[in-house]
Amino acid sequence: MIRIVDLSRTFNGHAVLDGINLEILQGEITVIIGKSGVGKSVLLKHIIGLLKPDRGQVLIEGQDITKARGADLKALKQRFAYLFQNGALFDSLTVFENVAFPLREKTKLPEAEIISRTKERLAQVALSQEVENKYPDELSGGMKKRVALARALIQEPEIILFDEPVTGLDPPMTNTVFHLITKTHQASGYTALIVSHDIPEIFGIADHVAMLHKGRIIAYGSPDEIQRETNPVVQHFIQGEPDFLEE
Amino acid sequence: MINLIRQLGRQTLSLVQEAGRMQLFLLEALGLFFIPPYRPRSIIKQLQFIGVRSSSIILLTGAFTGMVLGLQGFYTLRKYGSEGALGSAVALSLVRELGPVLTALMVSGRAGSAITAEIGIMRITEQLDALDTMAINPMQYVVMPKIIAGLLAVPLLTAIFNVIGIWGGYLVGVVLLGVSSGSYFSGMVQSVESLDVNGGIVKSLVFGLTIMLVACYKGYYTARGAEGVSRATTQTVVLSAVLVLGWDYILTSFFM
Ligand SMILES: Nc1ncnc2c1ncn2[C@@H]1O[C@H](COP(=O)(O)OP(=O)(O)O)[C@@H](O)[C@H]1O
Ligand SMILES: [Mg+2]
Repeated sequence: MIRIVDLSRTFNGHAVLDGINLEILQGEITVIIGKSGVGKSVLLKHIIGLLKPDRGQVLIEGQDITKARGADLKALKQRFAYLFQNGALFDSLTVFENVAFPLREKTKLPEAEIISRTKERLAQVALSQEVENKYPDELSGGMKKRVALARALIQEPEIILFDEPVTGLDPPMTNTVFHLITKTHQASGYTALIVSHDIPEIFGIADHVAMLHKGRIIAYGSPDEIQRETNPVVQHFIQGEPDFLEE
Repeated sequence: MINLIRQLGRQTLSLVQEAGRMQLFLLEALGLFFIPPYRPRSIIKQLQFIGVRSSSIILLTGAFTGMVLGLQGFYTLRKYGSEGALGSAVALSLVRELGPVLTALMVSGRAGSAITAEIGIMRITEQLDALDTMAINPMQYVVMPKIIAGLLAVPLLTAIFNVIGIWGGYLVGVVLLGVSSGSYFSGMVQSVESLDVNGGIVKSLVFGLTIMLVACYKGYYTARGAEGVSRATTQTVVLSAVLVLGWDYILTSFFM
């Protein structure tokens, strides 16, 4: 379980995270929704320890990743995989090498095993053989996202943080990716934290949904509870009403 | 007035901050020299990039430097009737000063700026963060192979520069201007001492380390946005040149 306590972070005088409290339950799929620029990516980066907060804690089974150093921090990071919003693929490596990278670097598996697992993951995200030897800058945005997804899943960690895994994908591919996430989740039971705007699809896969707004979690509950939430900000967001009130 | 002081204070602070960050970067890099894995394949790839691909520009600049030295040396020495000392003048200038300094400046312009851009793009596209989330130290994975390759490549390139420069001086002094070939080389053998050679090697090692550290550091701390990368590459070239010349003075006074 991940417990976030009073997590706060200011950038250039602007409080992006302003006292976040949230529990991400073991083995669940938790989806974080919220407007663009509200700090969802910043929140994920604090959870994996890439950014350090001004205040607050991120407890992973009781261990605070914001204070961890050296070997402890490394051990905590090993429990995660992270799908970056823009993929963060290594541009000096081919698609195949990108997906195989975590296995080559972090495991002592024989090369034949690495090749077969990598091919399997690429097939799962519907990438054909021709793509294997291309470099990331030869791919479309949606393909990059799927390569990044394969690279996250191949690590088979306890926790996966997905930063907008389907943004920019066409509807059939969106369904493919969500289906893949639910399928792998059922198979290995990892804890998933997904940032996504895709309403209503996310209500079909989430165990819990949290909404981030103005630096805080303003709503948390099952998909049904969120849809029945009376807070007008939440209703606005999930109904997709235009924003007249803001700015 | 208050604003001016505030501005000055802020700039001083950021300067001190940067100097501190650079020292930490240096210390971390030096520490990593003793921690495997060393990634020989990445080191070879970087040797290819820093060394092999700088060699044509080193050949070219080395040849012209030697030729200019031959020409200048010849006319200066002729005034004193000692054209015979041309070989030692060319060789000493190259081995002690021009070889290490010019090689370092060329490598920093060609490879240093490219390394800053490469690491800077990895920073802004979050590739360094991706390594970090996989519990791989990006310093070790990205920076160390380049520093090690720089330490190997710059002294070798300097040696090439010196040899070509000596032949360039030969071409102008002996072939074109008629200094005797025997005196060109015997003067060189007599006057160049091991202290000169060792001093040159130490310089090229220090310069190699300096330009790679600057290039990697500037890339590693590139500010967000494409404009951050272009600023970082410019800063790399300027800062390496200043540091190389500064080190050169310090090391020269040490070896004299
Ligand atoms: N490293 C950083 N330095 C300064 N500001 C940042 C940094 N990272 C994010 N921000 C700012 O934090 C805010 C939230 O960004 P982000 O988390 O990317 O939003 P989103 O919810 O769309 O993922 C934005 O205003 C962004 O400019
Ligand atoms: Mg984001």
